[in-house]
Amino acid sequence: MDNKEINPGQMKQMKGGKGKKSPMKGIIVLVLVIITAVVLLVLYPENREPTYKASYSFFIELIQILPGVMILMGLFSVWVKNETVIKYLGHSSGVGGLALAFFLGMIPTGPLYVAFPLAASLMKKGARTANVVIFLSAWACIKLPQELVELRFLGFKFMALRLGLTMVLVLLMGLFIEKAGRFGESSASE
Amino acid sequence: MNITVIFINAAAVIGLIISFSKNKEKTVKSLKIALKSTAKMAPAILVLLILVGLLLGFFKPETISRLLGEQSGIYGIALAAIAGSILMIPSLIAFPLTASLVDSGASIAVAAAFITTLTMIGFVTLPIEIKTMGRKFTYLRNGISFIVAVVIALIMGVIL
Repeated sequence: MDNKEINPGQMKQMKGGKGKKSPMKGIIVLVLVIITAVVLLVLYPENREPTYKASYSFFIELIQILPGVMILMGLFSVWVKNETVIKYLGHSSGVGGLALAFFLGMIPTGPLYVAFPLAASLMKKGARTANVVIFLSAWACIKLPQELVELRFLGFKFMALRLGLTMVLVLLMGLFIEKAGRFGESSASE
Repeated sequence: MNITVIFINAAAVIGLIISFSKNKEKTVKSLKIALKSTAKMAPAILVLLILVGLLLGFFKPETISRLLGEQSGIYGIALAAIAGSILMIPSLIAFPLTASLVDSGASIAVAAAFITTLTMIGFVTLPIEIKTMGRKFTYLRNGISFIVAVVIALIMGVIL
C-alpha cells in the first residue's frame, strides 16, 4: 500500500521537463510545415486540388473519433490510479501475474516515459522481470483507446492480428529477458 | 457512419454517464484532462493534416508503393522499422497516417513494422529508460522489441 515508493518528485520532474519543451517545439514544427506547404502549393498550383481534398477528408475522419478517444483517455486517467497498478502487480506472480501485467498495462494512459518510474518501483517491490517487461510493452503498444483508433483506420483484421502477435511475442520477450537477466553481467550478450 | 466510430463515441458517452453518476468532481477533472491533452496534441494534429495532404497531393501512389509497397521487400520493412524507432509520433496520430500510406500503396508488413517500432521503441526516451531501469534491461528490451516488430511485420505480410 505504501505509495511513496514511486518518487513523486522524480515523476514530476520528468513530466515537467517534457511539458515545458514540447508545446514550443510543436508550434515551431507547425510553423515550418505551414511555410513549406505554402511554398510548395504556390510553386505547384496543379497539386493544390488533390492536397486540399486529401487534407479535408482526413480531417473529417479524425474529427469523428478524436473527441471520443480523448474523453475515454481522460476518464481512464482519473479512475485508474498508477498506485493501484503497482499495488496489484507488485505482489502477483505465475500465469495470473503475467495476464494481470498485460491487463494493467493496457488500461492506464500516458506516455511511456511515465511508465518507467512505475516499472522501476515494481522491480524494487520484487515483481517478476517478465511481468515488468510485459507491463511496459503493453503500456507502450496495446492501449485500449489506441486499439480503437487502429480498428477505425486499419481495419479489424490488421488490428486483431497485430494485437495477437504482439501479445504472444511480448510474452516470449518477457520470459527471455527474465532468463537472460539471470546470467549475470558477464554473459549479457546472450 | 462507420461501426467503430459509433462504438468509440458510445463508449465515451456511456463512460461519462457512469462516471458522472458516481462522482461529479472526478468527471469534470477527466474532461479537463481530455481538453488539456487535446490542446497539447493540436499542433501535431495540424501538422499531420497538412503532411497527409501534401503526401497524397504530391506523391503518386506508384512512388509510395515503390518505396514502401510489396516490391520494396525487406528494405521497405527495415526503413519503416528504423523510422518508427527514431520518430516520436503520438500513436493516436500514427494510425491514421499509416492508413493513408497503406491507401496509397504501402504494404501491410511495412505498416505493421512502422506502428510496432513506433510504439515499443523510443530513441528519445532511451536516457530516461536507462536511468530508471538500468542499461542492460533497456538494451535488451529495445533490441528484442525491434526484432519482435520485424517478426510481426513479416508474419502479417504473409497472412494478410
